[in-house]
Amino acid sequence: MAEQYDLIVLGSGPGGYVAAIRAAQLGLKTAIVERENLGGICLNWGCIPTKALLRSAEVLHNMRHAAAYGLAADNIRADLDAVVKRSRGVAKQLNQGVTHLMKKNKIAVHMGEGVLKGGGKLEVRGDKGTETLSAKHIIIATGARARDLPFAPADGKRIWTYRHAMTPSEMPGKLLVIGSGAIGIEFASFYNDMGSEVTVVEMMDRIVPVEDADVSAFLEKALKKQGMTILTGAGVESLASGPNGVKARIKDKDGKVSESEFSHVIVAVGIMPNTENIGIEALGIKSERGFIQIDGLGRTNVPGIWAIGDVTPGPWLAHKASHEGVIAAEAIAHALGNKVVHPHAMDKRNIPGCTYCRPQVASVGLTEAKAKEAGYTVKAGTFPFIGNGKAIALGEPEGFIKTVFDAKTGELLGAHMVGTEVTELIQGYVVGKTLETTEAELMATVFPHPTLSEMMHESVLAAFERALHI
Amino acid sequence: MPIEIKMPALSPTMEEGTLAKWLIKVGDTVSSGDIMAEIETDKATMEFEAVDEGVIADIAVPAGTEGVKVGTVIATLTCEDEEDSAVTMPKAEVKATAEPAKSAEPSTVSVSTPQPTAAPVSKSGRVVASPLAKRIAAQRGVDLGEIRGSGPSGRIVKSDVEGAQDSTPSETQRAPAPQAAVDAVPDFSIPYEAEKLNNVRKTIARRLTEAKQTIPHIYLTVDARLDGLLRLRGELNKALEPDGVKLSVNDLLIKALAKALIRVPKCNVSFAADELRKFTRADISVAVAAPSGLITPIVVDAATKGVAQISTEMKALADKAREGKLQPHEYQGGTASLSNLGMFGIKQFEAVINPPQGMIMAIGAGEQRPYVVDGALAIATVMSATGSFDHRAIDGADGAQLMQAFKDLVENPLGLVA
Repeated sequence: MAEQYDLIVLGSGPGGYVAAIRAAQLGLKTAIVERENLGGICLNWGCIPTKALLRSAEVLHNMRHAAAYGLAADNIRADLDAVVKRSRGVAKQLNQGVTHLMKKNKIAVHMGEGVLKGGGKLEVRGDKGTETLSAKHIIIATGARARDLPFAPADGKRIWTYRHAMTPSEMPGKLLVIGSGAIGIEFASFYNDMGSEVTVVEMMDRIVPVEDADVSAFLEKALKKQGMTILTGAGVESLASGPNGVKARIKDKDGKVSESEFSHVIVAVGIMPNTENIGIEALGIKSERGFIQIDGLGRTNVPGIWAIGDVTPGPWLAHKASHEGVIAAEAIAHALGNKVVHPHAMDKRNIPGCTYCRPQVASVGLTEAKAKEAGYTVKAGTFPFIGNGKAIALGEPEGFIKTVFDAKTGELLGAHMVGTEVTELIQGYVVGKTLETTEAELMATVFPHPTLSEMMHESVLAAFERALHI
Repeated sequence: MPIEIKMPALSPTMEEGTLAKWLIKVGDTVSSGDIMAEIETDKATMEFEAVDEGVIADIAVPAGTEGVKVGTVIATLTCEDEEDSAVTMPKAEVKATAEPAKSAEPSTVSVSTPQPTAAPVSKSGRVVASPLAKRIAAQRGVDLGEIRGSGPSGRIVKSDVEGAQDSTPSETQRAPAPQAAVDAVPDFSIPYEAEKLNNVRKTIARRLTEAKQTIPHIYLTVDARLDGLLRLRGELNKALEPDGVKLSVNDLLIKALAKALIRVPKCNVSFAADELRKFTRADISVAVAAPSGLITPIVVDAATKGVAQISTEMKALADKAREGKLQPHEYQGGTASLSNLGMFGIKQFEAVINPPQGMIMAIGAGEQRPYVVDGALAIATVMSATGSFDHRAIDGADGAQLMQAFKDLVENPLGLVA
């Protein structure tokens, strides 16, 4: 007799485990199936351990610049093993946190590979054999993995994915990073600060191409100043791994091909959804380029089967997955008779994005170009870090905050930031955007002094020609 | 700088009003405190005073215009040292009630100088809407009270406002709009004279329809002997004559209802969607027939006031009501109502609850009836009183307790003056 649940969540990343907790809170008998580590990529091999690495790089950078603060630090050196060890320790701590959360919420954890069998059945193939679970609803939250280059699959020796890059056994002397999205640019920044000679190759005409063009331009300049080589509009034609390094043929923006040798290569050219061998084809679950198609509540085309997070169309971000998890859990509870919860469909315009390179990048909503493309008459304002007292006191006077408004209605369409700690600032605009504030409420808000957040106020004022400190 | 004079919000719930009469004309000099216009709201006609000094440069909204939205520029004032010609007037948006809403000219609204707009409110109370939704609604002339919100707890968001305008009125999801029920009245060629509804009549229609449609009423009737109360009233009036106070039976009944509500607090409540408001003070709304229609001025905290004070206050309020001069705070609020049709010889009736109150007491005529006293038939002055209770908030037994307390106080009226 199969064990019977209200809900089974397949995958325990930030989408899956959050969905399970929310479902349990709503009184659903819930199980979660995980093949590897509770917490998924985010906690174990993604967001969190990379932040630990980047923090080490930042401290190292600050130590090197101690003199600027009137301090002296000698014999500064980085111990790569210790840096990686710290990162793994952070991941482990959080992994145990999720284990605790599952226990606290009485969620049954089944370790093993899950395969959908139809009729609400799910087979789990674990170390101790195969068991069959049964549920009224199933959420697919299997996530995604790094996409390989077809001509040079990552081998973990000299050609790395993010996962290898996170646990290096040796410092890359000369590093090639292919792709300048969030993952690529974070590792480029980390290894550059740690002392590697870093080259970034980006196919598009600018780095961090989803960000506002002003942010891309600023970041490129800042990273080049730190010694990074950045090639935009360029592509890698081939990689040839040898005993001492990797020979890369790179075609630049003028179409000229040249060959360079690197000690290591990080491939960060996007992600692939984990939809193989979980039985979606047999059930006829609709997908496009591998990504499972869902509606705003997370429903697939097959009744009783839901999907959230990186296995569905983007943006592929942990917090988007978590939020989709909550929505799906509430929609399922609603479908099972709980009429107190009222799930609201996901609004993708209000999902912020953060990149933890140095300087950091954060944004929400439409870029200025995208807003114009969408037909808005735009009012945009920019305020630089150099005009902010706290930024100068911190010794971080580089960066800016840009806001984009609809001139007609005053709607905040987007906000774009680059500079120190901006990843901690963006949520202010996200709250405002979610509440549908206009420029009037943002102008009427009192921002604390002295903080970096004052720039958020000034940026709004600047969009309406009212900035005070510039 | 020309000063824009805007349609004022003369009450917390006012959305629009009728510009009944201008008392000034272009070229007049006004100073702070001068009465400039009379504005008819949904309840009363009020005088609109000037705040600033200057010369009236333009009157943008002619007298008699209905449905002038709060915040609309109705006139422009220039300071004395300025030339009148410098004034350019944005066209005021005037929504004729008989026509479908026309959208405002957005070009006159610049986002760089946000207009201070009154918080939009629905006819039934506060409208919860995002700032962006409010602004778009104002720009497009969409009434937020007509829109159902799709945000958390029914909050109106941008897409709701845009959706409301995109769909034709018949497709629009409307909040229950009682007027809609009488939109199309067939004409059977019976001769008639059409009288345009004034705002008071419209408000009465809307609120009473809302009350009867949304509140499950229960009715409880008691008969109460009035002899003691009438005797006491006579004595009190004799005693108070030098003070010029003349108590009516109604004044004593106001006090009786207020005291009964304090004695039975379960009936001094308001049903407010997800909570029950239990009032600790009894404010009695008293129905008064004014020329423009029914209005209910309030005797605040009637349980602790002396009957002479209640009488004096009630007389002033009734006079104001008949003149249409009641201020909003004098008729908005109240925890329960009293309606007395005794003077018309009505024996007994059931009144409609005045939302969001929880009950209303309907008083019939005091009349001599055969009455059993100590097992023998006698003649007594008796009145019938019927309480209408909001059954969502008040159980029958609790309502019965209130009726009993009210009867006790009427029959043993010394409790009213103690």
